[in-house]
Amino acid sequence: MTSVAPVTAATREAYPKALIQLAEEGVDVVAIDADLSVSTMGYQFGEKYPDRWMTVGVAEANMVGIGAGLAATGKTAFIASFAAFLPGRCFDQLRTSVAQPKGGMNVKCVASHGGITVGEDGMSAQAIEDLALATALIPFDVVVPADFESARQAIVAVGKTSKPAYVRTGRPKVPGLYTTGYRFELGKATQLRAGSDVTLIACGILVSIALQAAEQLAADGVSARVLDMATIKPIDREAVIAAARDTGAIVTAEEHQTVGGLGSAVARVLVETIPVPVSMVGVDRYGTSGKWDELLGYFELTPQRLAQAAKDAIARKR
Amino acid sequence: MPTATAARLSVDELRDIAKRIRSHIVQMVFNAQSGHPGGSLSAVELGVALFWNHLRIDPENPQWPGRDRFFLSKGHATPFYYSLLAERGFFSTGLLDGFRTLGSPLQGHPSMNSAPGIEMSGGSLGQGLSFAIGQATAGRMDGRDYRCWVMMGDGELNEGQVWEAAMAVPHFGLGDRIVAIVDRNGLQNDGFGDTIMKVHPKEMWHGFGWHVIECDGHDMAAVDQALTEAERPHGKPRVVVAHTIKGKGVSFMENNAGFHGKAPTAEQLKQALDEITRGDGLL
Ligand SMILES: Cc1ncc(C[n+]2csc(CCOP(=O)(O)OP(=O)(O)O)c2C)c(N)n1
Ligand SMILES: [Mg+2]
Repeated sequence: MTSVAPVTAATREAYPKALIQLAEEGVDVVAIDADLSVSTMGYQFGEKYPDRWMTVGVAEANMVGIGAGLAATGKTAFIASFAAFLPGRCFDQLRTSVAQPKGGMNVKCVASHGGITVGEDGMSAQAIEDLALATALIPFDVVVPADFESARQAIVAVGKTSKPAYVRTGRPKVPGLYTTGYRFELGKATQLRAGSDVTLIACGILVSIALQAAEQLAADGVSARVLDMATIKPIDREAVIAAARDTGAIVTAEEHQTVGGLGSAVARVLVETIPVPVSMVGVDRYGTSGKWDELLGYFELTPQRLAQAAKDAIARKR
Repeated sequence: MPTATAARLSVDELRDIAKRIRSHIVQMVFNAQSGHPGGSLSAVELGVALFWNHLRIDPENPQWPGRDRFFLSKGHATPFYYSLLAERGFFSTGLLDGFRTLGSPLQGHPSMNSAPGIEMSGGSLGQGLSFAIGQATAGRMDGRDYRCWVMMGDGELNEGQVWEAAMAVPHFGLGDRIVAIVDRNGLQNDGFGDTIMKVHPKEMWHGFGWHVIECDGHDMAAVDQALTEAERPHGKPRVVVAHTIKGKGVSFMENNAGFHGKAPTAEQLKQALDEITRGDGLL
């Protein structure tokens, strides 16, 4: 099979594609939407497999319970909404009915419109807590893909496990990073650039920003490794430890608050193993309306800020 | 203490205001190239009759503790809400130009205290009636007679919290302090409610112990009358179920789920403004 060049697309566009692939491969999937299927793109799966798709109206808590019921019979349940409402509107249902049963129920959350790049809808729609909530659910795998192809493969990958997962996708169209020759592996970081002075560990839309930051750093004579840490949980401990050992300084970057997301997960590995200086870049205040790319600037999720954070971390090396 | 009263305008005057509100709505969504025109246009008559003839408010003194409260539970209808507040004098209509842009206080969904008159935050559906219970309880404790009005969408009625609050209002005896309004336009985000999730507003509210007042939500005189009836003491809390058309006043938006959350093009804006000015089909 020839590999197809990276495509510019929103990561949420991968959701129906992955569901269709799973169904075609014989996975007994049922997907549920909560009156946002036009935005999560779940409706496209519904058009192809009407018997495997349902919409429950604006009722996220009900959706989780229905997913748990489906999973209890052996189905692979997918549930979808905006990251603001899933897990936000139904955390207790996720905790008691999906996470707590032994090993976790086979319910996969695919939450679109993550982070501040939701844009104009403003503060209430901009999820910057969802990763903290999802990672706090013990059996959950938590994935934040950086582009369409990795999102497609990640959703297929979680669809083939028998445990719960949370996959966050985004609203805006973003440049592709991976060809179809790429192989996503749950729990494994992907090194996108080699470097020896510092490692930039990013997820989601911040991965391509980290690559730009690495270019800027190179111009200043700083050699930065870049890791796409798509899986936040279970975190790739080996990749984090190797980054600390080889480069001695770390920057984490995420479209989420630095509490409870990627930064916290990386720092936790480091304090238990090789404590090196870390600079965390994220969004630690509530949002506002604006175009998504303007908001990246407003919240300083920029190559400049990441490059500066790298220099700060390097300066703290002992 | 100010004793603001409702303005009490004639039906013709209210209709003129409604035209201005509709024009603001389509213009704001066009300017931002995002936002929710459909559920804003369906609510216009309800909002205009309420804000001018029923709410006891004082735009000069938006924090007046005795004021009636309005909560936009269907928080995406901000083009409607912000233009009501501006036309009623809470802030300049010029502020509407910044809707949904970086630096504007007028975010896509209401953010409490970000501009005068915005009583509480919204954007996550299903919560407004609960706010009303809290504020009405406080009013009773403090010996104030203000009323809380809550506007909900019909799709919003899917949310369980609506019904937790609906059963609590009569339970707490708050029926004379809270009025619910349902914008029954038959559409939600993904399409017609009858296919997405069927609701039966009349039977459901009745079953939860409410007195249901139905009206044609685009007949200004009928709306004004329904709101008056809702103010009248009754053994039960009152809900106005207003039968409306999503996108009302703009032919290509009417009954079109595609315009739940989509902006018109420049050409469509021109047509929309023309139709609104002519007032085709509006009573
Ligand atoms: C808790 C929650 N879930 C989902 C959404 C996304 N959403 C925004 S508007 C909408 C449809 C609302 O339909 P309806 O209440 O009928 O509003 P209207 O037709 O008056 O616009 C949905 C699902 C939300 N804002 N809040
Ligand atoms: Mg509706």
